[in-house]
Amino acid sequence: MSIKKTYEEINEKIRSGKAVVLTAEEVSAMAKELSPAEIVKKVDVVTTATFGAMCSSGAFINFGHADPPIRMEKIRLNGVPVYEGLAAVDTYIGATACDPDNPKYGGAHVIQDLVDGKELELEAWGKGTDCYPRKYIRTKISKETVNEMFLFNPRNAYQNYNVAVNTTDKIKYTYMGTLLPNLRNATYSTSGELSPLLNDPEFRTIGLGTRIFLGGTEGYVVWPGTQFNTSKPKNEFGVPVSNSATIAVIGDLKQMSSEYLRAAYYEKYGVSLFVGIGIPVPVLDEDMARRLSIRNEQIETTVLDYGSEGTPALGRVNYEQLRSGAIKVNGKKVRTAPVSSLEKARKIAGLLKEKIQKGEFEITKPVMRFPSNTSLKGLKETGGEA
Amino acid sequence: MRKKRYILKFPAQSGDKPLSYHLVKDYDIRINILKAEVWPGKTGSLLLELEGTAENLKKGIAWLEANQVTCEPIDKKIRWNHQQCINCGNCTAVCFSGALTMDSNWELTFNPEKCIVCELCVPACPLNLFEIDFRE
Repeated sequence: MSIKKTYEEINEKIRSGKAVVLTAEEVSAMAKELSPAEIVKKVDVVTTATFGAMCSSGAFINFGHADPPIRMEKIRLNGVPVYEGLAAVDTYIGATACDPDNPKYGGAHVIQDLVDGKELELEAWGKGTDCYPRKYIRTKISKETVNEMFLFNPRNAYQNYNVAVNTTDKIKYTYMGTLLPNLRNATYSTSGELSPLLNDPEFRTIGLGTRIFLGGTEGYVVWPGTQFNTSKPKNEFGVPVSNSATIAVIGDLKQMSSEYLRAAYYEKYGVSLFVGIGIPVPVLDEDMARRLSIRNEQIETTVLDYGSEGTPALGRVNYEQLRSGAIKVNGKKVRTAPVSSLEKARKIAGLLKEKIQKGEFEITKPVMRFPSNTSLKGLKETGGEA
Repeated sequence: MRKKRYILKFPAQSGDKPLSYHLVKDYDIRINILKAEVWPGKTGSLLLELEGTAENLKKGIAWLEANQVTCEPIDKKIRWNHQQCINCGNCTAVCFSGALTMDSNWELTFNPEKCIVCELCVPACPLNLFEIDFRE
């Protein structure tokens, strides 16, 4: 009879300080010696983590009302355009937003400055209404002066991501870093066997309401992320071999730290935000133990040529090969480099492990499971003059 | 003994002269070629690290310049803001001289000895943590 554990049983152990918690890397190492049946007996919770640039991120803020009040219909924060279509004094700062005249400072930098407690210049314009007569305001704000500010990221923590190379004879500047010509380098992004969604590929435990580590504090998974795609091909170990599912996450920005949330600018691409995410995965049964045992050499991903139109696939490699420093592409040895921080991801997985061991962080059963039959639509063009 | 880096630029007609031979043979200078862009019949450039006595280096450079080779000393260095680094690895993707590498703990290490100041890391760092330092 194989062991099955409930969320409540595991939480009871967490509360009494008896839960056995390992990081996903530790459990992958353990799996070389022990079977899933033995792992489910020994381990209660496994922590996973990632720290990478996640462009689809942003934050909601409520500034509070001035006297006389203004209905903000155009808003700038340190010169960065932020969303003006949310009532009078609410806004959403998109991480990738920027003033084209100052492309190296964008929404992600605004978010980081707020987290760091800096004062920012707010400038807003309105047409003036009977209930909001003011037409212009210029003032300073900080995390101390605003009402709410919370991070809400529509698409984070991609379940696997492709490797980027460039076969052309020109350097390519991308969100996957600087790609040297003629296959002189290859970049990869996820934290492999430590990556959250690769450790629960069928979303048995990660779903709506899952409590997570987000940007240095507690956050929640609130929806399947945008471009949530469950129909990508999977390998024999049950993991998709290219970017597939994602999660939407939320958390209190006032409690976050720039240690785990960092603004970035990619040359000739634009602004993005490094986001630190950690997700605890309960070892409910043998099946979950088997999923969590996945090792770098079993996680494969697709090599794409970012230099050519349509980013054609050039082959498949695994994370053990990627981390070795070189892979083979088109018969040629190509040097590899990561573009997300494994060092930070390990730190997050370790922190989360410690919190759970101390009884400070309990696991949550999803309120709703995520869909298992989604695919992606492209954008059709209906014609017409540009 | 002194070690100094120079960018050598030479005209089309001097491409066939055994420059390094003379530097070694006549001035006892040790040469380390860090980067070379040489096309026969066209202008070319070399990034060299020259090691020798101060006097020999001076004479060797004077000889090169007498042969229409311009020698630009490189007093530039790359400065890395280590404190702010998140160890993402983006800079290692472009560092073909192997000065920037990830260590066994996946933390970035910078070995200035290997740096040829190609400056590719400057725009490659998403956190803008590399600067060119012009001081000697």
